[in-house]
Amino acid sequence: MAEIELQNIQKRFGDFTAVRESSFTIRDGEFFVLLGPSGCGKTTTLRMIAGLELPTGGRILLDGEDVTYKRASERDIGFVFQLFALYPHMNVHENIAFPLRCQGVGRAEIKRRVAEVAELLRIEHLLGRSVSGLSGGDSQRVALGRALVRRAKACMMDEPLGALDAEFRHLMCSELHALHDRIRATTVYVTHDQTEAMAMADRIAVMNHGVVAQIGSPQDIYDRPLAMHVAGFIGSPPMNFLRFTSGLAPGEQSVHMNGETIRVPALRQGAVEGELALGVRPEHVSIGDTGEMRGQVFGVEYMGTMQIVTINTKHGQLKARVPSRQRLHVGEAVALAFDSERLLVFDTVSGGALQSRLFEGSANG
Amino acid sequence: MAEVVVDRVTKRFGDVEANRDISLTVPNGEFMVLLGPTGAGKTTLLRLIAGLERPDAGNISFDERIVTDDPPAQRNVSVVFQQYSLYPHLTVFDNLAFPLRAPARRVPEIEIRRRVEEVARLVRIDHKLTNSAVRLSGGEMQRVAIGRALIRRPSIYLMDEPLSSLDAKLRADLRVELKHIQADLGATVLYVTHDQVEALSMASRIGILERGRLVQVGTPQEIYERPASMYVAGRLGIPPINFLPVDALPVDSAPSQTTIVGARTEHIELLPAIDGQAEVVLVEHLGGEDFLHLRVGEHKLVTLVPPGGHWHSGARARVRLCGPLCFDAAGKRLAA
Repeated sequence: MAEIELQNIQKRFGDFTAVRESSFTIRDGEFFVLLGPSGCGKTTTLRMIAGLELPTGGRILLDGEDVTYKRASERDIGFVFQLFALYPHMNVHENIAFPLRCQGVGRAEIKRRVAEVAELLRIEHLLGRSVSGLSGGDSQRVALGRALVRRAKACMMDEPLGALDAEFRHLMCSELHALHDRIRATTVYVTHDQTEAMAMADRIAVMNHGVVAQIGSPQDIYDRPLAMHVAGFIGSPPMNFLRFTSGLAPGEQSVHMNGETIRVPALRQGAVEGELALGVRPEHVSIGDTGEMRGQVFGVEYMGTMQIVTINTKHGQLKARVPSRQRLHVGEAVALAFDSERLLVFDTVSGGALQSRLFEGSANG
Repeated sequence: MAEVVVDRVTKRFGDVEANRDISLTVPNGEFMVLLGPTGAGKTTLLRLIAGLERPDAGNISFDERIVTDDPPAQRNVSVVFQQYSLYPHLTVFDNLAFPLRAPARRVPEIEIRRRVEEVARLVRIDHKLTNSAVRLSGGEMQRVAIGRALIRRPSIYLMDEPLSSLDAKLRADLRVELKHIQADLGATVLYVTHDQVEALSMASRIGILERGRLVQVGTPQEIYERPASMYVAGRLGIPPINFLPVDALPVDSAPSQTTIVGARTEHIELLPAIDGQAEVVLVEHLGGEDFLHLRVGEHKLVTLVPPGGHWHSGARARVRLCGPLCFDAAGKRLAA
């Protein structure tokens, strides 16, 4: 297993900068997720670590050894891609055994290691089967098996669950997570699905326009996003932004929004009058008769235990996640109360979060 | 808009019975969602109503007029498919106007303009009317496709997974929008999906399909809280409902014929206890909440807990079930 260090890594394709000046370290045994919208540079970063692209600047160290210009085949890294790319003319056993055969591993050893991986992935009963008849999930397990059987220093996964349907994706997520808990292989996982990232990552790097915007544990990124695009990318539904203009002084514990006053964690940073936004997670809103903000119910989405209520306020639309037993009707006037200790304030021009008490004692990795 | 009645309809493809003896009434102005996994027969039923397939038995009527033998064009239905299929050489305006320009309809151009602008505002594409259809994002294309369906006032709107090709955020936005548009128009909608979130959040009523049969019809609350069977209960809930033998955990009350209990988060009482019968095997952080995976003997249990790290792998918990759903040996739910 291995530690992977990226130093000022950069990749340009002609005039286009796919990844700019990124430095971070992926720890030994860590499940590290690169998360971001399409075109943010996450797959390019993964491909540079794997050796499928050469960086235009910077260095990549694998366990302290500079591998920046080494071939993919010399790096001892396994891959799993979104499209399973199994060999259709081989059965499951032969597919998993393939990387070992290429390395010239002996027959008995191959048999032992394939059996071990198959047990881990619970596909022992499929070993003799042709891969063409397998379900999506089983195909993906075989692809995983092929990556794991090598016992490479690190495993790269590029949206490996992207082709599966939603229900099954969640199951595979739990399975991958449990698998990683057992084998602790250094894993770099690329996805645009925040749910997958939250569910599996030890740490997440959120990327946007070729830049790593924030690295931290899922909970840290969820609770203490440093930028609006990070906050707005994560959560289901994502964070709400309610816009206002009044200026703020450091130390203030409330914001004045067009006649309504909302308590927030004590600010450590001020802002001149301008474009600001209050950041509110949907589960930090409660709806009742009294509260700090007025609104009108625009939509109610029943979700079983919980419901998502869309509310029009004079600062914009907001989604709240509240228990379904609370009966609410479209058009109803309501008051909103917030979990004030969990609110954020953003500068909408720079997109950055204003520092506040909320950020103190954060476990940023 | 019309009331649509499906009366004892069966449809076979070779040996496969895609729809078996289905009877269903979609009242005027209702948003009916058909929910089921791939192969349950929901798209076939939609195609039968559209007239794209003919039933082997049974009848379909719109406002008491039997349309079983009418071709699609005579049924006055509007269909939105998963794939947007816009006319790439036309602008957004012309795509929206297309259904009104059919020679048979003879709608005056001034009326066309009025209706296109109205619908474009509804689906929030009015700022791009002169754009070419191919120069739109996926979400915009799907809004145009929905707008094109809405521009007519058919007997019923038929929608086959119209949101499934969109990304998560847009899907969430369009869910609310579509429900609003439907309510504003008083439109009758039959909507097919395998996504329980869409079904729960948009439907006036949900119809659950199981291998070609319609097994339960009810409001989202009815289906969620009082599912007819284990199959129906298993369709709804995030995380999925936990099925356990009745004697696996203490239960506050269960009818005597109960063999299986179905426990969702709201039925599970959980206390940290060193001697608890359940062991935490995995904590999945989802941000706003955590999925807690527990093992109770040979059984697995998944439930939601607030985030905050009170639970960790290896911790033990005492578990009790309060008011779970109870099922008999055949998988039928027993009234509490």
